[in-house]
Amino acid sequence: MDVKDIIKEENLVYGKTKLLTDNIMHYCPGCTHGVVHKVLAEVIDEMGIQEKTIGVAPVGCSVLAYNYIDIDWHEAAHGRAPALATAINRLYPDKYVFTYQGDGDLASIGTAEIIHACNRGENIVVIFINNGIYGMTGGQMAPTSILDMPTSTTPYGRKVELNGYPLKITDLIAQLPGTCYVTRQSGHTPAAVRKLKKAITKAFENVGKKKGTSFIEVVSTCNSGWKLSPVKANEWMVEHMFPFYPIGDFKDE
Amino acid sequence: MAKVRGAIVVDVEKCKGCGLCVVACPSKVIDLAKEVNGKGYNYAYMANPDACIGCANCAIVCPDTVITVYKVNTEANV
Repeated sequence: MDVKDIIKEENLVYGKTKLLTDNIMHYCPGCTHGVVHKVLAEVIDEMGIQEKTIGVAPVGCSVLAYNYIDIDWHEAAHGRAPALATAINRLYPDKYVFTYQGDGDLASIGTAEIIHACNRGENIVVIFINNGIYGMTGGQMAPTSILDMPTSTTPYGRKVELNGYPLKITDLIAQLPGTCYVTRQSGHTPAAVRKLKKAITKAFENVGKKKGTSFIEVVSTCNSGWKLSPVKANEWMVEHMFPFYPIGDFKDE
Repeated sequence: MAKVRGAIVVDVEKCKGCGLCVVACPSKVIDLAKEVNGKGYNYAYMANPDACIGCANCAIVCPDTVITVYKVNTEANV
């Protein structure tokens, strides 16, 4: 059978969801943002909540997320996405509100906002992309950079004496009573992407049931910032990030 | 056992040549082309089309969602 005979409309098994726009993503080749955007768009499409979903974009590489997913978006000041999401959620309690934040946004400048939004149990989804550095500004050390991780501001690796300990913010958030679902996922293999999709689906279902805050950390790569090829960056993540940031559910109520 | 054949279509101009699909493919179908697209990336293509089983693993890990997957059961068509 020839390839041309297979490529027919009736044989289609996987294609781009219509929620993703045709714009070419500005992300670097192999960036995990693209995978998470795709999964997010698929979940919103499959749940049929395109008209009812409002995203809050952060400051960081994903600041332009509104170019890629065809839903309503808001742009928050640096780190303030959970505060803005709180306001949107209280004005429109029937909408599905989510924030999409990086580790520099959520775990550094926005720590107060995220802790208090989760503690109040706002009915939102938080998607937290953790790649251990400030990707957009040139790979500087972030609170989440693991020990001995080389970054552009710690070229010999992060040291406890000078830079302190890395922050496991998801572990902190799992202890807050306002959260109903806290999990840590990844997107480096097909199996991991499928699990991530299940987690995001569950989080949006929790919003529909008004259960509280759902928090999904996605351990990600930043191959440009880490100065590795996309494939090598994934291997580095499995080898170095996963022992410190183990994948799994913290809380599911 | 039913023989399943698959095929992928890569949106060449949108592909950034990251190579994640090459690693994700269980039957080693995909490779990066020697030629480049308009942006200078070595895009992904089916180097070994006969081995494709249409599992869609490549499309699932593709960060830019440039891969469309087709699958057909060859025995059902006979």
